Amino acid sequence: MSEIPAELRYTKEHEWVREHDDGTLVLGVTDHAQVSLGDLVFVELPENDTAVEAGNACAVVESVKAASDVYLPLSGTIVEKNDALEDAPELVNSDPYGDGWLLRFKPDTPAQLEELLGCDDYERFIAELND
Amino acid sequence: MTGIKQTPLYASHVRAGARMVEFAGWSMPLNYGSQLDEHHAVRGRAGAFDVSHMTIVDVSGADAERYLRYVFANDVGRLQVGKDGHCQALYSCMLREDGGVLDDLIVYRLAKSEYRVVVNAATREKDLDWLVGLSGGYSLEILERPDLAMIAVQGPHARELVAVAYENEGALLALQAFWAFRDDDALIARTGYTGEDGFEIILPADRAEELWAALQSLDITACGLGARDTLRLEAGLNLYGLDMDETVSPLECGLRWTVRMKSERDFIGRDALEGQLANGVSLQQSGLILKGKGVLRAGYVVRTAEGEGVVSSGTFSPTLARSIALARIPVGSSGECEVIIRDRANEARIVTPPFVRNGQIKIEH
Repeated sequence: MSEIPAELRYTKEHEWVREHDDGTLVLGVTDHAQVSLGDLVFVELPENDTAVEAGNACAVVESVKAASDVYLPLSGTIVEKNDALEDAPELVNSDPYGDGWLLRFKPDTPAQLEELLGCDDYERFIAELND
Repeated sequence: MTGIKQTPLYASHVRAGARMVEFAGWSMPLNYGSQLDEHHAVRGRAGAFDVSHMTIVDVSGADAERYLRYVFANDVGRLQVGKDGHCQALYSCMLREDGGVLDDLIVYRLAKSEYRVVVNAATREKDLDWLVGLSGGYSLEILERPDLAMIAVQGPHARELVAVAYENEGALLALQAFWAFRDDDALIARTGYTGEDGFEIILPADRAEELWAALQSLDITACGLGARDTLRLEAGLNLYGLDMDETVSPLECGLRWTVRMKSERDFIGRDALEGQLANGVSLQQSGLILKGKGVLRAGYVVRTAEGEGVVSSGTFSPTLARSIALARIPVGSSGECEVIIRDRANEARIVTPPFVRNGQIKIEH
């Protein structure tokens, strides 16, 4: 069964978002996503200070199977990327909510976080996908 | 209409937590957790694959040899008739009149007039129709064997681990490459699709679970289709449907060596190939290794100094930690080239496959 931590927010594109202490947001892909992608072999991350509009692709995760775009759910500016993924993309598979985080960004409108799915809604969403 | 087919090991795969996918009408394990781990297990020790989805057809009778010498591009007349349960096998293509590849296969000579042919799962109906359609006028019997299962055990320690499970351990370990041994109701062949040493075992379907469980108890890693593909591509082995199809000649996809034209033997496609050789073949199969990050995939355009070609199949090579591919490119291409990935040109190097054999990297890296 897919792991879906209760304190995070989710998107229908299988990204998760966590609030960082300083108001920035951390982004990653969910357990459901990493299972479906299979072993990751490359991760392409944006440089710091890149501004991204909500719904636009900001990263690429590539598995043996396929390359998948990762979308920024809220407009914002990238402040940090997870450099560990350069040599160890498999962290996304082994620890998607922890060491497999992708990037951290400063949202233009933090309140928009409320519009993302809660864990129950995301759980229901993926259950319906499998039907 | 039939639904998706299950191999005799389906329940074992599901119990083991395999991620199941549909492949050629069969429910097959893609991986059991990590296809990269499974790949490394085969290169380092031993892995086991359920390959029961493959199509097994027995061809026997007085005209079996004459018929198969006509239908296959390689010459089954070269197969020795073994003694005491030993059989020889060879790898061949089956061609159309115009030289296009219908399928690739392995054929075992079980006895003087008895052959076992293993063809691909995806081409089952096409191949059976073709074989049966050509058999009129020959004294022989074509019998599909859906009652048989097939398990491949591959890796540097595969043979010694498998031999322990059989009485005739000595005979098994003495097998040469492309030779097989009949042990009771099992046919154990020293063949494979991974570039490692090992066996492929054909056995009655109702004995497959028992063998699979025995292999697991020896800590042989269960491996799925994902690892099967990365292993065979590292080994430079073609995958029918990608690296060749009916529009491709064996001369263009690295299979010239499987076509036997030394004797006067007439076989389907011979005239076409002779014509191609006389006119000059314009495409060759080469290996590619991508310099940077990214994954080469089937269909990507390749630009060489000699002109444009195409990636026929590509993947990430766990052993090389880079992407590799097989490609059909203009004859004479060598050195550097570019591959277009999502509208960007990426540098790649043209190499001669195999990339990896018996755990050793075979290309400059």
